[in-house]
Amino acid sequence: MNHHDTTLVPNNELPAGAVRTGWILTALGAALAVLSYLTDGHRAAFNHLIGFTFLASVSVGGLFFVALEYIAGAVWSTPFRRLSEFLAGLLPVTLLFGLPLIPQLHTLFHWSHADAVAADPILQAKAPYLNETFFIVRFAVVLGLWSLFAWLFRRNSMKQDADRDQRHTTTNIKLAAAFIPLFAVTVSVFSMDWLMSLEPHWFSTIFGIYYFTGTAITALAVVTYAMVSLSERGYFFAGVREDHYYSFGALLFGLLSFWAYIAFSQFMLIWYANLPEENFWFIARWQNGWEWVSIALVVLHFWLPYFMLVSRPSKMNTGNLKRSAALLVAVHFLDLYWLAMPTYSKTPVFGYHELAFPLLAVGIVIAGLAVQMKRYNSVPVGDPKLQRGIDFTL
Amino acid sequence: MADTNLYAVTALFRTPDQIIAAAKGVKEAGYTRYDVHTPYPVHGMDKAMGLPETKLGFVTLAAGIMGAVGMISFASWVAAVDYPQVIGGKPYWSWPAFVPVTYEIAVLLAVLLTVGAMIAFFFKFPNISHPLHDTPYMKAVSSDAYGVAVRADDPKFDEKEVRDLLKRLGGEVSPVEFSEEFRTFRPRLFEPRFLLLLAGVALVSAGGGYVTWNKLMFMPPFDWMMMQPKAKPQTVSTFYADGFGMRLPVSGTVARGFTLYPYTITDRADSVGALMVNPLVPTATVLSRGKQKYLTYCSPCHGNAGRGDSRMNGQFPNPPTLHSDKVRQWPDGALFHVMTVGQNVMPSYQYQISREDRWAVVHYVRTLQRALNAQESDLQ
Ligand code: HEC
Repeated sequence: MNHHDTTLVPNNELPAGAVRTGWILTALGAALAVLSYLTDGHRAAFNHLIGFTFLASVSVGGLFFVALEYIAGAVWSTPFRRLSEFLAGLLPVTLLFGLPLIPQLHTLFHWSHADAVAADPILQAKAPYLNETFFIVRFAVVLGLWSLFAWLFRRNSMKQDADRDQRHTTTNIKLAAAFIPLFAVTVSVFSMDWLMSLEPHWFSTIFGIYYFTGTAITALAVVTYAMVSLSERGYFFAGVREDHYYSFGALLFGLLSFWAYIAFSQFMLIWYANLPEENFWFIARWQNGWEWVSIALVVLHFWLPYFMLVSRPSKMNTGNLKRSAALLVAVHFLDLYWLAMPTYSKTPVFGYHELAFPLLAVGIVIAGLAVQMKRYNSVPVGDPKLQRGIDFTL
Repeated sequence: MADTNLYAVTALFRTPDQIIAAAKGVKEAGYTRYDVHTPYPVHGMDKAMGLPETKLGFVTLAAGIMGAVGMISFASWVAAVDYPQVIGGKPYWSWPAFVPVTYEIAVLLAVLLTVGAMIAFFFKFPNISHPLHDTPYMKAVSSDAYGVAVRADDPKFDEKEVRDLLKRLGGEVSPVEFSEEFRTFRPRLFEPRFLLLLAGVALVSAGGGYVTWNKLMFMPPFDWMMMQPKAKPQTVSTFYADGFGMRLPVSGTVARGFTLYPYTITDRADSVGALMVNPLVPTATVLSRGKQKYLTYCSPCHGNAGRGDSRMNGQFPNPPTLHSDKVRQWPDGALFHVMTVGQNVMPSYQYQISREDRWAVVHYVRTLQRALNAQESDLQ
């Protein structure tokens, strides 16, 4: 097709500055997290939950994009698929990160108190699902399954680097076909368990999709940020073009619109029916200062990035892409804060406690990328779709 | 241009890579009036041909904004200004309810106007003919070949040069001449066949609409939503033993805001009327409320000004004027009594007009009386 200079740059470590930033953020975040636990264990547990769900979003979102690329037969993303694979590689870390929350279930979840359940017929009816044993089993199964799939996808993909065998692609397509429906169920279970059950009386049937859009946007935003800034420094292959940038921008744009669609659908149905067993959740987020967080979420998670990415040239502008991607990663923290924290506090709180875990989580993502970029090829050199991905034009 | 019959020199290519290279080649050779035809959109073609970015996006944007702004204004006006109704206990202007329809109309208008603009401006409707139609070239590029056509009216056109260039690029070259049919074709909007088509479309869609809304919707399964076990007006209830859908209030209870009216139609208006005092003050709001109710409920019989001169006159026991000395001297309560329980053939209005509104009507009738019997003092 079009013949550009497309020399592959398959093994390249993250720039030293980025690696340093990653480790500094990790160390700083960890120190603050410890301090936070020592001063206010209750508040720290909620922030730990936000950090944990954020890491889960990024890592399982990465896994989702790996699966999506295989099942859809996409070529434009193949040269950059390693980034998603590296994110998926963080799943075992995510599991470890979440593990300390298990002994703190009583701090986080009202339904875990036997006396509360005894006094509450609604919680009694939900007890066959919302009980500690089953919760821990689900935690282990969900994160275990995700880690297993991440391991399988990555193993086949990395093997292909060496043996250039097309059959690995076929295997991964089959894996993807098995994973996608499984992902739909597990991500719903995960979000209901860790976020929705914070208010055990509340229910929203769209909640799983809501959290899923968050995972997809966040993982894609991380990949986009890394892809753009590394391409500018000559990573992946020589001659990454507007066509590639545009595709990332367009998918981000589509997903953030999808987020707004789902978020509004969830709000509107509850607002319209106005049933007390559902509406209290939104009422809590519309008073005592939480209304400003809600408004900020709508503006920063939808309107601002929408207009940042709406035009065609804006999706090709690297600076704009990086800014939008960074914004979308940041607002996912805001989103999780908005989902979780009203259970902790009637009014919004913000202090170093709230900074500790986001810093730690971002540090882990960057450091995780650094470690894996060092070990593995940053381009799937043996993938049969690679050349078509490089030559991809709009 | 010796041969005026020549429309273009075309060339067919076998692979997408070749056609991209050919488009580039033709562009780089400096031709401007050429086009590329492919059986499906070939990625990268815009760039290869050096086409400027299409302006169609702006039409879409403008239409979308128009749709969104228009719809949210329309919905707001209807729901909050023109026909305010309390729905689900929500404020009249409940914007979340307008979001879905605003979004839909924005998308709809954006799509329709984009397609419309495309047909009108880019496809030059109603011009429906083209010299390349019905040529072997067009048949090939709409199935398995990729073609480029350099037009004879290109300023740089020279048949031999173009042939050589296209051959060099690897195409099978052939010239296309204006066909006789194209030469004699004149676009006409009011062509019988076109009008017939329009009539056919109108007939089919009207018939389809009629059948759908009047027949289909009343057939199973579409009528399942109507088959609800609820009491409908004028039907026997199968749920209650006595067959009535309307239920009496539970004995010993009254509805909120309900006050029992102690007098009946057998009581004399002037005597019981003296026992009641109008609780309202005739402010502008009260009077306009009274006017509204009067014009709705009383004027069909008593006339707009209460002269008893409505078109009922002569068809019904004549409604009397409300300006008689008797009624003018009645206490407010007497008018209220007549409205509440009725008088002879005049029915009771207590279920149509609320208690408060009936008192407002009394004030309004008083205003009418005063207006028709103005005194010296009113003029000062
Ligand atoms: C269906 C026609 C009709 C309507 C509507 C109607 N009226 Fe009458 N009204 C009559 C008739 C007929 C009489 C005379 C009844 C009788 O024979 O005593 C009457 C009598 C009256 C009288 C007593 C007049 C008198 O001289 O005895 C008053 C006061 C009155 N109407 C007020 C009203 C008001 C106020 C309304 C609006 C709420 C109203 N009417 C609506 C037909 C109507």
